[in-house]
Amino acid sequence: MPRPARNLSLLILLLGMALGLAIVVATGMGYMAIDSGDIVRILLARVFDAPALIAGLEKNLSYVVIEVRLPRILSAALVGAGLATAGVLYQGILRNPLADPYTLGISSGAAFGAALSLVANLSLAAHFSTPLFAFVGAVVTLAVVLRLSTFDGQVSAQTLILSGVIVGAILAAGISFLKYLADEQVAVIIFWLMGSFAAATWKGTLLLAATVLGGVLVALFYGRDLNIVSLGRRSSDALGVDTVKVRLILLVTASLLAAVCVSVSGIIGFIGLIVPHLLRFLVGPDHRRLLPCSALAGALLLLFADTLTRAVLPVEVPIGVLTALIGGPFFCVIFRHKQKGSGYE
Amino acid sequence: MSESLYRMDGLCFAYGQTRVLHDITLSLAEGRFYGIVGPNGCGKSTLLDLMAGIKRPEQGTITFHEVPLASYGKRDLARRLALVPQEVDCGFGYTVEEVVLMGRHPHRPRFAAPGDDDWAAVEGAMEKIGILPLRHRQTTTLSGGQRQRTIVARALAQDTAVLLFDEATSSLDIKYTLHIFNLVRRLVYDEGRTAIAVVHNLNLAAAYCDELVFIKDGRVVCHGPSAETMTAANIARVFDVAAQVSIDPYSNTRQVSFDYFR
Repeated sequence: MPRPARNLSLLILLLGMALGLAIVVATGMGYMAIDSGDIVRILLARVFDAPALIAGLEKNLSYVVIEVRLPRILSAALVGAGLATAGVLYQGILRNPLADPYTLGISSGAAFGAALSLVANLSLAAHFSTPLFAFVGAVVTLAVVLRLSTFDGQVSAQTLILSGVIVGAILAAGISFLKYLADEQVAVIIFWLMGSFAAATWKGTLLLAATVLGGVLVALFYGRDLNIVSLGRRSSDALGVDTVKVRLILLVTASLLAAVCVSVSGIIGFIGLIVPHLLRFLVGPDHRRLLPCSALAGALLLLFADTLTRAVLPVEVPIGVLTALIGGPFFCVIFRHKQKGSGYE
Repeated sequence: MSESLYRMDGLCFAYGQTRVLHDITLSLAEGRFYGIVGPNGCGKSTLLDLMAGIKRPEQGTITFHEVPLASYGKRDLARRLALVPQEVDCGFGYTVEEVVLMGRHPHRPRFAAPGDDDWAAVEGAMEKIGILPLRHRQTTTLSGGQRQRTIVARALAQDTAVLLFDEATSSLDIKYTLHIFNLVRRLVYDEGRTAIAVVHNLNLAAAYCDELVFIKDGRVVCHGPSAETMTAANIARVFDVAAQVSIDPYSNTRQVSFDYFR
């Protein structure tokens, strides 16, 4: 008996509805509480260009919702979806349940690029220079790591992780050195490294939306191939999958996702690690189920964490710190639990 | 000369600087059960990978149905030949059924749900291998032997005319080893398929295979009917051990006994 597809549609529908609800509720939370009904009216008025809908509302309410809160909330959700998708892809390609953007040094590359721009006080493209440098850092790191682990025109999964760890370690030393050079700028670097959505803009949000949507679609297109690739090179080649090609396409997709996410939000750990684990536990390892569910769950989780730090906690804790503080122990619990039953080998 | 399934001419292959296959020239016909025997590291698995189209020879040519193997598309090839690798890795916790269904990959369009014929092939394969009761078990909870049988079932579900086995029974007990060898034998004699198997156990090779290919240090030492090639002289030449080959009265097959305590 196949696992019923109906359950999957239902789960995706539920997760999607939960995400929609969470976005509305989160938008209402903050220094100024806004009624959910008013938020829906403001959104509808904006989408359908019908100012009559918000006739009775205060003017600045609409500004707070549209210009202040929504970019941040949507960015958080999109970054969550992007990081979780990247995590699923890395784990599937590398056949390693502990792989995520860190394993490949992508996050360190982005951090190094960002730190460099902050130290040099670059303002090439106004406030875009830090995300831009972060993105370039991530892509250059990916290229170096891929080059290091390519032998005879083939990327080896084992050497990829090793190369990522080595390059990551070199970059971490570089970041320490930049901090040392930075003097009074050091606080800015540290703040960026810990991740934040406080500076989210609509431009960044749209860039994220395009990247995450594109990345998820590419990943879904290769979903069945990824299942087979995760069996190992010899099996997947013998089953008619062009392993080298699929691996490369998905590796680049995951890395672009990670690079864009990190460049917008700074370093946010654990989402790419926890979400795929948790969802594999709930919906099984089939990537055609795992990918969409992980993207939605990642969005929900990071939105929750960001709302917690933005509107609930008395002091705004950097989101990267929060995800690590909540995610780390949580991950340990799942890990122990899984090992007891039918753990990974 | 009749059409041959595989024709290999002067195949060479190296991993970096290490040459593992030298000048392999071999012709294999359809509808036979071939055994490839030789010591560890002699290039048997590499030869199988070349036949499966997973690796490309450095020199020499290899044709499949008289057409260069390299000219077949990957999916097309996967509909014609299946490989049972030595490794019993089944990835993340897929169920037995999910792994066996992956054998249908080359037959299914990208987004199609598995059809009736896919399920029939999957269930038939699990039934034949005797893993139907395990179908919903996660492969991570199985023993090495159960996983190996799952992978054999996956290759059967692939429903190909040619089956390549790389030590496919290395983790199995004697009951399942005989079960799988008998199954393959029926696939060859009743259904006209071709089996090419790397076999370590010389007695199994002598009993089941029609023809044997002895390989040593990446070269073919001899190739011919089992009755002619499974000799004490060839065993000594290839494995460097003393042995005696005789007809075993119980099974009525050629069996090898060794000078164990020398």
